Amino acid sequence: MRSLLNFLLRMHFLLLFILIEILSFSLLVNNNNFHKAKLVNFSRQFAGNFHTKSANLKQYFSLTKENQRLAEENNRLLNIIESTYKSDEIFFRSVNDTILNQRYRYTSARIINNSINKKHNFLTLNKGSQQGIFPEMAAISDGNIVGVVKGVSSNYSTVISVLNLDLRISSKIKKNGYFGSLSWDGKDYQSATLSEIPLHADIQIGDTIITSGFSSIFPEGIFIGFISEIEEKGGSFYEIKVKLSTDFKSLDNVSIIGNLLQTEKLELEKQIN
Amino acid sequence: MIKLFPRYLISFTFLVFLQVFILNNIQLSGYINPYIYVLFILALPFETPNWALLILAFILGLTVDLFSSTIGMHCSATVFMAFIRPYVLKVISPRDGYESETLPRLKYYGASWFIKYSAILIFAHHFVLFYVEVFRLSNFFTTFTRVVLSSIFTIILVLISQYFYGKEIRR
Repeated sequence: MRSLLNFLLRMHFLLLFILIEILSFSLLVNNNNFHKAKLVNFSRQFAGNFHTKSANLKQYFSLTKENQRLAEENNRLLNIIESTYKSDEIFFRSVNDTILNQRYRYTSARIINNSINKKHNFLTLNKGSQQGIFPEMAAISDGNIVGVVKGVSSNYSTVISVLNLDLRISSKIKKNGYFGSLSWDGKDYQSATLSEIPLHADIQIGDTIITSGFSSIFPEGIFIGFISEIEEKGGSFYEIKVKLSTDFKSLDNVSIIGNLLQTEKLELEKQIN
Repeated sequence: MIKLFPRYLISFTFLVFLQVFILNNIQLSGYINPYIYVLFILALPFETPNWALLILAFILGLTVDLFSSTIGMHCSATVFMAFIRPYVLKVISPRDGYESETLPRLKYYGASWFIKYSAILIFAHHFVLFYVEVFRLSNFFTTFTRVVLSSIFTIILVLISQYFYGKEIRR
């Protein structure tokens, strides 16, 4: 204690000087806008550099989470946009106050198991009936076709991938609307075959193939792929090779599309049969 | 010591008024701002205790600041100047030290001593003042030119004042 006092006494000049200088500088910075702005700017730049670096580093660790968040955000937005609502045309005088009804509902799910090298390929998702997923729903990824939900347990579901010999998808050529049926030939995970396109249809290599929307599973306009080869088969139909736009090898997150009007449509169609 | 007090009070008031109302309005070619008020610190007696030196410098700087609405700018410069004053006095002291009953004035210790003394302190003061004012180190030499030119001008004014002072005291 005594030596501390001695020290203070010995250094009082310097200490007092430092004290008063600090006081003057704090007065300076607090009372002059220019100096204040200058100091704040400097400290912001200095600290900003460090923060940017540490934030950059941190980002890497949260990429998975961020991805998931974005996928969910995407689905929320897809649920909002107009194309998921069907428009009710009004034939009668009566005024209906809802012009738009929601027709498709999107849910995101993660693929936890996937195969591409079998003849009957399935995917397993981490969501099931408890999360609102039911059989006959469509699975897409980023607007590209993935498959159809087949079996559902309470927390998991299986999806028949497009790469399955049993799955046939009603599809059409985007530019002129000729529709046919798409199936996988069991060989290459990047291509499938589109049949039943009549010979008089005007098609070229590179044309876009999308879903037709006839099947009550897929909404209209989900991307399937591009024409890569055209072959004339005996009879009056083309056999078209389609390069799939989905990369089944790198799938991670999918969106499940539920058609809210599916039962209504199927029941109506059953009456006719 | 006590009998010196009224005289320093008057010189304090006079210098601050001179600085604030006349010299602050003079800006020769945008470079030269003389700050004569530092003469107050230069003229304080040798025996002034160090802590009193700092506090007086702070009050002086704050007063000038208040009048020129640059709170803190002159303070920091004058306090720095007061801080180095004892060391400067020690370094340039004449061979037989400072006599009692004398003040740091030109007529006691001669022109060369006084010019050395005032030049070092005024330069230090102006250096701190101008760099605190611009608050950046870019354009270092532009600021430095201002420091040097203003210092020269202030030194000249201080030297002139010495002859006034001298006569006043003799009277």
